[in-house]
Amino acid sequence: MSGSASAQRPTWIAPLRLIAARIGAALLTLLLVSMVIFAISGLLPGDAAQEALGQGATAGQIAALRHEMGLDQPGPVRYVRWLGGIVKGDPGTSIVANQPVSKIISERLPNTLRLAALTSMVAVPLAFLIGVFSAIARGRRLDRALNVLTLSMVALPEFLVATLAVLLFAVKLRWLPSIALVPQEPTLGEFLRAYTMPVISLAVIVVAQMARMIRAAIIAELDRPYVEMARLKGVRPGRLIFRHVLPNAIGPIVNAMALSLSYLFGGAIIVETIFSYPGLASLMVNAVTSRDMPLLQACAMIFCATYLLLVLIADTVAILANPQLRKG
Amino acid sequence: MTTPSHVDVRDLSVTVRRPDGTLLRIVDSVSFSIPRGEVLALIGESGSGKTTIALSLMGYARGGAVISGQIRVGNASLDGVGPASLAAQRGNRITYVAQSAAAAFNPSRRIIDQVIEPALIHRTAAAPAARERAIGLFRALALPTPETIGERYPHELSGGQLQRLMAAMALITKPDVVIFDEPTTALDVTTQVEVLQAFRRVFREEGATGVYVSHDLAVVAQMADHILVLNGGKVREQNSAATLIAEPQDDYTRMLMSAAQPVVQAITPPAPKAATPLLEIDGIFAGYGPIDREGRPANPVLSAVSLSIGKGAALGVIGESGSGKSTVARVVAGLLTPTAGTVSLDGEVLAPTLAERTREQLRRVQIVFQNADVALNPAHSVGEILARPLRFYHGKTGADARRRVNELLDLTRLPSSVIDRRCGELSGGQKQRVNLARALAAEPDIILCDEVTSALDTVVRGAILDLLGDLRRDLGLAYLFISHDIATVKALCDEIVVFYKGTRVEHGTSDAYAAPPYHPYTELLITSVPELRPGWLADYPYQPVAPVANVTQSSDICRFLQRCPRSRQGLCDIAAPPLRTLENGSRILCHLDTSELAH
Amino acid sequence: MLHAARRLPLSGKIGLAIVLFWLMVALIGPFIAPYTPGAFVSEEVFAGSSGKFWFGSDFLGRDVLSRLLVGARFTVGLSVLAATLACATGTGLALTAAVGPRWVDELLSRAMDTMISIPGKVFALVMVAAFGSSLMLLTLIVAITYVPGNFRIARSLAVGLARLDYVEVARARGEGRLHLALVEMLPNMIRPLFADIGLRFVFIVLLLSGLSFLGLGLQPPDADLGSLVRENVSGLGEGALAVLVPALAIASLTVSVNLLIDAATQGKAR
Repeated sequence: MSGSASAQRPTWIAPLRLIAARIGAALLTLLLVSMVIFAISGLLPGDAAQEALGQGATAGQIAALRHEMGLDQPGPVRYVRWLGGIVKGDPGTSIVANQPVSKIISERLPNTLRLAALTSMVAVPLAFLIGVFSAIARGRRLDRALNVLTLSMVALPEFLVATLAVLLFAVKLRWLPSIALVPQEPTLGEFLRAYTMPVISLAVIVVAQMARMIRAAIIAELDRPYVEMARLKGVRPGRLIFRHVLPNAIGPIVNAMALSLSYLFGGAIIVETIFSYPGLASLMVNAVTSRDMPLLQACAMIFCATYLLLVLIADTVAILANPQLRKG
Repeated sequence: MTTPSHVDVRDLSVTVRRPDGTLLRIVDSVSFSIPRGEVLALIGESGSGKTTIALSLMGYARGGAVISGQIRVGNASLDGVGPASLAAQRGNRITYVAQSAAAAFNPSRRIIDQVIEPALIHRTAAAPAARERAIGLFRALALPTPETIGERYPHELSGGQLQRLMAAMALITKPDVVIFDEPTTALDVTTQVEVLQAFRRVFREEGATGVYVSHDLAVVAQMADHILVLNGGKVREQNSAATLIAEPQDDYTRMLMSAAQPVVQAITPPAPKAATPLLEIDGIFAGYGPIDREGRPANPVLSAVSLSIGKGAALGVIGESGSGKSTVARVVAGLLTPTAGTVSLDGEVLAPTLAERTREQLRRVQIVFQNADVALNPAHSVGEILARPLRFYHGKTGADARRRVNELLDLTRLPSSVIDRRCGELSGGQKQRVNLARALAAEPDIILCDEVTSALDTVVRGAILDLLGDLRRDLGLAYLFISHDIATVKALCDEIVVFYKGTRVEHGTSDAYAAPPYHPYTELLITSVPELRPGWLADYPYQPVAPVANVTQSSDICRFLQRCPRSRQGLCDIAAPPLRTLENGSRILCHLDTSELAH
Repeated sequence: MLHAARRLPLSGKIGLAIVLFWLMVALIGPFIAPYTPGAFVSEEVFAGSSGKFWFGSDFLGRDVLSRLLVGARFTVGLSVLAATLACATGTGLALTAAVGPRWVDELLSRAMDTMISIPGKVFALVMVAAFGSSLMLLTLIVAITYVPGNFRIARSLAVGLARLDYVEVARARGEGRLHLALVEMLPNMIRPLFADIGLRFVFIVLLLSGLSFLGLGLQPPDADLGSLVRENVSGLGEGALAVLVPALAIASLTVSVNLLIDAATQGKAR
């Protein structure tokens, strides 16, 4: 009686404290990230007013616009104003499109999320299977073949994968369009036609990355003494992996997934560009080309925040999965 | 059921393929048998093949080794065709207790699930029945709160408890044979006795047959009916435990036995002590982690530690893991800054940090670490390792330095051919000699030896101890010699200090530790060391002490109270123990006096 | 060296051969190019393979092989430079953090954690937008992008080593920080660091050619392999060699470096 009560003592405080600490650290990092991004893009170079008005503008016009844009203020003041805007959901006005950045981004964000979600749905199970199977078959022919395959896939330039996909599906087979234009209310067929090639191109890279990290995480566990002990208890391979090894490898595995999935945001730049996919990454490339700093800064912040959020989720899962952390 | 359950091994050999492709026999034609209900010990040093033999009984070989020969366990056999038949018995008819239970339990699963798992996967019992049997075994193994201890995770339990829980896991299927692979080697000596007692009792009750692997003859003498001595994969001698220990036939067995009881040639005690000791440590407080506002570290280790060592003297420091004995050496060497107290050399106070000490001060105090594998830089050759302190402290370079390096190798009895080798190519004993030679290169007044012999095999340990004794006699060195093994310390040192949880509980001459009175903790420590005679464990008088309830966790109260068999209610749990001098000259931190402690 | 190469598994040998081939091309490529890379030598644009033009002609009728030989020098050369720069900086900072006072370690680690939270491509894009992409700037930008990754690896190696007894012994002897870092620690980090340099090299090749592919990297008339893909992307619809060959060239370089590192590190682990 007393024993079972002691086993059920409130055990949620220790992990909660840990998770809160992680959240705090992530927010601090995000703040520092915003400083770096603003320092690079907002303080040093060029003059946004000059650019917006073009070469023909008079000094007076420029000065007026500078004042209007707040560019005559000292750096820290501009930073605080900018950060305040971002926190409130108003990161300024796009210089090129002359629209609120928030409006442009809110049009593009769902597209990026959709592409990322679709790719994850393909990539995560596939990567998990490849990772687990090659770990089980460690050193055998299957593992060596998968190793060379994933090793090659992670090193492929994205434009090669996308180019080959276009060549195969659009040029040779003529099954798919080479540009991913999604109609307003797509039918299933249109939807598949639009998304197949971008998803394949992204998934090739992400699956390989993720599978390698998952394999490494499982193999690190396989070398630990408790695995030998389980074998000496007569535990069969399937049970060994699923009941003994995976519960200990959850932390590194979710971490691997978080790192790979974060790639689907900031890393999708080339794939989005090749397929003219209207996502955030290609928006960011346009912002670079046109030196549209407010838009660029907002996109960069979204990508960094996504990365930190994914890592935070992975950390939380790792804490909850580990009895040593969970029970404090 | 048909044949009497016992173990029979004929011509067992295990072969591994070396990296260059050649074959190496690590176990060579070993034969033995074990009658039902008896325990056979496999004893030998590292590399003797004892663990390999034990694992091959389960048809299991590490790193792709090949097992051949005939093995029969109960009525299952392995005949060299394939390990499949015995592998099916793994964890069922043949079970295993690993050296480090802390590593061998799965950290993310509850203990009870792991303990009953063999019964469930081999279908020897249903879950409720298995659970009940597990709790019975926990009780027989003298584990605290047997009903609920299984609900915990491995990290919530101590090493000694985990080792017993692993024995319960091995016994859950009522196996034909249980293999114990150095099950107490990683434990402190006082914990070892408790675990050995528990193993012995449960073995009696279960009538189990066992194979007990160990390097320690004295432990084996308590646990085994028969002993098989191994060296280099071959059997040197096998006999009943009593006969083997009373009349060892083989030279190697005799060498093992004499090395287990080290004797260092007597050293004439150093000349009458000068007025100021060579090294004096006064009122040291130290610990790890961030330091709070009152100047106390998050993990305090040492509190109010004082010691002194005369010129050419050897002071031994003993205690269990976590007693703070290594921390003393780190403070003296300047590697850890104490929060209070001073260290003085020849009456001159040393600065608390390395950066503030002069090179001359640093030269005079050298430290040698336990594990020569990590104490020597694998990127440097032996010559480079020894030349560095010569250059650093003495400005010696070129031919001068080379000559001195050769002298140092000579002094530590190393062949001069090792000079261009990297440490990875040396044996354990050779590495420890290089480790010592590096300290000698500084020409120090005192060497801090932190468990320098603990990682070595018995025979090598003896040789290193001899070397330390000779160096002290020839060079007039002083030692601060830290060890967990009282026999080693007694052999080398003139005075011994006993540490418990960061405090010095006893300080006396080596001779004073030959017989009572001691501090109750010293007594526990000394009596816990197994003796080389069968039946010692059966006669062992102590049982684990029930913890004293409701003690205020005041820092002043005796830290040994919770484990003290002699504690007095109304005295020990109220007041701080005084420092008293016993009739034999030892000073102890205890409420009890000579007459009370004498028996 | 030769002995070690012979012991590599097949994938490693293939990787090594291709890596050596590309290093060779980077060194002598421009001298063996059959045509001037900027010259319009073919009547036909996006011509296929022929005896005169092995890899056909590009969108302006220039020789693809000649442009490839010159472009490879930019890709390999800049990437080697940037990877070396990134790893020298990252490792130097890591050693400083490992032997320096605790506040230095905390400051550096915090800074690098911040940097690593900015995805590499995003960071490079922001830098390019702010500073432009001259040859030198571009090299610096990609190098800086991969400093934090190398720092993280090198720091964890260095901090692990700093705890080892042989470093403690050297500290107790009174050795200075420079000796600890360079004599006691660095020699034991070399092997894993070489693997990391290779890995950074692959990332940098991909990032550089990615930037060039987006038109944000090397600016004309200079062209690296990524630029070649970009300028000929209009030939994709015809399946032109001019777009496939440079893309495959990059892939062969990065994949072979990866295979080589994998084979070399596995050989040592056994």
